[in-house]
Amino acid sequence: MTHLPNHNQDPSIAAIEVRDLVVHYGPRKILDGVSLRVFPAEILVVLGGSGCGKSTLLRTMLGLLRPTSGQVLVKSKDITRLNDDELLEIRLKTGVLFQSAALFNSMTIEENVSLPLREHTALNDATIKIMSKIKIGLVGLSGYEDFMPSQLSGGMKKRAGLARAISMDPEVLFFDEPSAGLDPITAAGLDDLILKLKKTFKMSIIVVTHELPSVFKIADRIVMMDKGLVIFDGTVEEIKASSIPRVRQFIEREPEGDASRTDQFLEALNCG
Amino acid sequence: MVRYLLGYIGHWAGKAVANLHQAARLINQTAYWLTIGSFKKGVRVGSLIHEMTAVGFNSIPIVAVIAFCIGMILALQAAYQLRRIGAMVYVADLVSLSIARELGPMLTAIIVAGRSGAAFTAEIGSMKVAEEIDALVTMGLNPIKFLVVPKFMAMLLMLPCLTLLADLTGMVAGGVIGVASLGLDAGVYYQQTLRAVAMKDIVGGLVKSLSFACIITLVGVHQGFLVEGGATSVGERTTSSVVTSIFLIILADCFFTTLSYIFT
Repeated sequence: MTHLPNHNQDPSIAAIEVRDLVVHYGPRKILDGVSLRVFPAEILVVLGGSGCGKSTLLRTMLGLLRPTSGQVLVKSKDITRLNDDELLEIRLKTGVLFQSAALFNSMTIEENVSLPLREHTALNDATIKIMSKIKIGLVGLSGYEDFMPSQLSGGMKKRAGLARAISMDPEVLFFDEPSAGLDPITAAGLDDLILKLKKTFKMSIIVVTHELPSVFKIADRIVMMDKGLVIFDGTVEEIKASSIPRVRQFIEREPEGDASRTDQFLEALNCG
Repeated sequence: MVRYLLGYIGHWAGKAVANLHQAARLINQTAYWLTIGSFKKGVRVGSLIHEMTAVGFNSIPIVAVIAFCIGMILALQAAYQLRRIGAMVYVADLVSLSIARELGPMLTAIIVAGRSGAAFTAEIGSMKVAEEIDALVTMGLNPIKFLVVPKFMAMLLMLPCLTLLADLTGMVAGGVIGVASLGLDAGVYYQQTLRAVAMKDIVGGLVKSLSFACIITLVGVHQGFLVEGGATSVGERTTSSVVTSIFLIILADCFFTTLSYIFT
């Protein structure tokens, strides 16, 4: 039993459309025909338990993994079939905040944030510096420009990673587990920042997470995945009222029956 | 039993082919970014200087000390044999030729493989674990251009320089032992060295060092890109990088020496 997409927006205006995506890791099927749409200026949260395939979905949508079959359409172009030059065009309009922030440890925060601008634009040094400072200020890290990533806390690293992700003014922004490893106060601060970005830049934001408080605060729409399939697509109110057993179990934080059962463990592994 | 064995062989062969495919892609992309790509999109000069310092300048002390020790050992071993036939002056020939043609390039390459080759693997492997390689790709930056090309260029430029340093230091060490311990005249030793070593010996050593530079960089970065999971994999791949590099360096040296023996 699944809750089908019920959004009222015109499918043709989708910023990203994923169609029947199937992804394997070796013989293991991780995604089993996933379809979803991300609309302009909305925050779509991809929700699901550990190993349900949501990070694989994110990596495939970013063009880091090639699917076995299916399409990822960005501006009507299937990124799974583009060559490097065509893909670059899409990537320049996409920002990503990785789970570990993925800052380059040998560079300062300012150097990290300015890297895409230095590599992809012909702007002069002074302009790049000003633009980087604006982005660093936007995430609340003014004064930390010359710090190395190792000198920052977990939350500050995420903010710095976010400043780098938005340095090229992307139209689509991806977050991979933004609250992972953060205390509730820092996580709430990051949620506010995501909402602020959406409001300021009107960008489409895709957040992969399993942190329910964060989901309920930021999501315009939620897609829930289980065992490589989309089992729910709807709003916060709809997921709260959902009668799908797996969704209810997730929302009400009910544990699995017998976690130590080998067959269940193997089944979970197979799901990815 | 036979099925199990065949399955094992098939699994092993599949992994080997995938590995080889990845290595071929790495070589192909590196060749492109070293040549056409560098002309079209330029070279990251800052990174190149950084890598040249790490690979070349920082290796000077260890290369010099080891080359000096090897020069001393060679002189003493040569004297041990040549004393019996009263041909002590040929210590200079043996030391200089052995160092210029074989030991200089090979020892330098082995030291650099242990130092910089391992560092390449650990750096790229750690970046892969920390999602930094993925971050590069999503920012539209090619990891080969961004990470591999500066390392490759630095190695191609610095390994021959280090080899020349090792040649010189080893020969000086042989001279020091010859004069201080074996009672040879410094001028005679110097003249004998000049007579023994031809330019082709030095150049042959430098050509070898260029091929060793390719081996160290490609093996180092390839093993780095093969890292999967966490810190354990970084450690395993770093070990594998050093062992594979040293094995291939000795194999290549054997090949070059055989070629030079056949054609001279």
